[in-house]
Amino acid sequence: MTVIYELRHVRKAYGQRWALNLDEGLDIYAGEVLAIVGPSGAGKSTLLRMLNFLEYPDSGSISFEGHSMTESDSPLPLRRKVTTVFQHPALLSTSVYQNILYGLQLRGKTDGKAAIQPLLQRLGLADLANAQARTLSGGEAQRVALARALVLQPDVLLMDEPTANLDPYNALLIEEVIREINRERRTTIVLVTHNIFQARRLAHRVGLILNGSFVEIDNNPAFFESPRDARTRAFVNGEMVY
Amino acid sequence: MWEIIGLSARVSGIALVISAVLGVPLGAFLGLVHFRGQRLAYALIYTGMGLPPVVVGLSVYILLSNNGILGPLHISWIPRLFTVPAMIIAQVIIATPLVVGYTMSAVAEVDPSLRTQVKALGATDFQITLAVLREARMGVLVALVGGLGSIISEVGSVMMVGGNIQHSTRVLTTAIMLETRQGKYDMAIGLGMVLLMLSFGINLSITLLQRKTSKP
Repeated sequence: MTVIYELRHVRKAYGQRWALNLDEGLDIYAGEVLAIVGPSGAGKSTLLRMLNFLEYPDSGSISFEGHSMTESDSPLPLRRKVTTVFQHPALLSTSVYQNILYGLQLRGKTDGKAAIQPLLQRLGLADLANAQARTLSGGEAQRVALARALVLQPDVLLMDEPTANLDPYNALLIEEVIREINRERRTTIVLVTHNIFQARRLAHRVGLILNGSFVEIDNNPAFFESPRDARTRAFVNGEMVY
Repeated sequence: MWEIIGLSARVSGIALVISAVLGVPLGAFLGLVHFRGQRLAYALIYTGMGLPPVVVGLSVYILLSNNGILGPLHISWIPRLFTVPAMIIAQVIIATPLVVGYTMSAVAEVDPSLRTQVKALGATDFQITLAVLREARMGVLVALVGGLGSIISEVGSVMMVGGNIQHSTRVLTTAIMLETRQGKYDMAIGLGMVLLMLSFGINLSITLLQRKTSKP
């Protein structure tokens, strides 16, 4: 399997607190769905921001598609191969269609417009194309956020609790689309979730992160059925209080 | 009368355009970027928002007067006192802090996560700034309309640096003062009504824009 991300000794602190301390390293493989689970404040979102090149580590290295990223490099070319769907989507105050078009406009890609209509259909947004984003429900807004990410056809899709605040219908719809794009385009997906059932449904590999470090990363379903670490066992069995 | 109304619109219109060119980018910068001395910059802007027009007039007078700071230099592109450009300079000084301050507030009120998310979509810093300004567009419009309202109705600075010269620097506010002093109340009231309607129109625009901004 091809490694798309190589993280080595990555550390990031906010003030006195380590948000991330990946001394053990992390490889993410092209085309996989990696679910990262763990309690709030464990470092999951910090990790996603680094994978999207929105933040730099204080120390250590991040290599993407064989290119080692340093602070002097412009992150833009790499950032444009990756995108994130956030837990709380912040949409532009314009129509659904314009929101989805926006990322293409940033890149000056007008030829990608043809992909918008099928995406609207796929995500059940066809009737809302001309609706103003501020009138959407939470589930609809999250589907628009997913559509605006997918239209860019990223190599890597990062998802930060994408279904945390959604009803079962919207959550299942988004899960289905995640599965499809991973299968059809082999898009690498890194999914941060509190929902271990969702991780089990979607992921090829699952990692538990605690206090900024990975406790265990293993294939699905081995992560759930035969965890090596006692903390993973406690987390999987719902015994970890956080 | 039309000459006076036209000159008022021209002076305040040009002053507003210059204030917008200076004030909107500066307001966006102050609202988006954190830097050392930011609180001091805020304090200066807030002070500027409350500048008394007559003090601005006095400052520009001292600056441009033949016995002042720049006047004796006789540089061709520096305007002379009692001219339209001198009035425009005074109005730019009054309007710019207002445009900066309101733009700064409008930009700062935009959801900070929007910036992160736009960045994650691959926006450059310039594209992020444009996106934020676009989100704050109603606030920026309010800033411009507020700036216009402050200069079209002020009298202190234009009287001091313009001199209220007939067919040259006489604008609505200075004409009203003159007509009242001469006892020509009908003319003063007529001009006053025009100014009042302009002011009402500007304030109505602000109210409507603010309503539009606050709608879900």
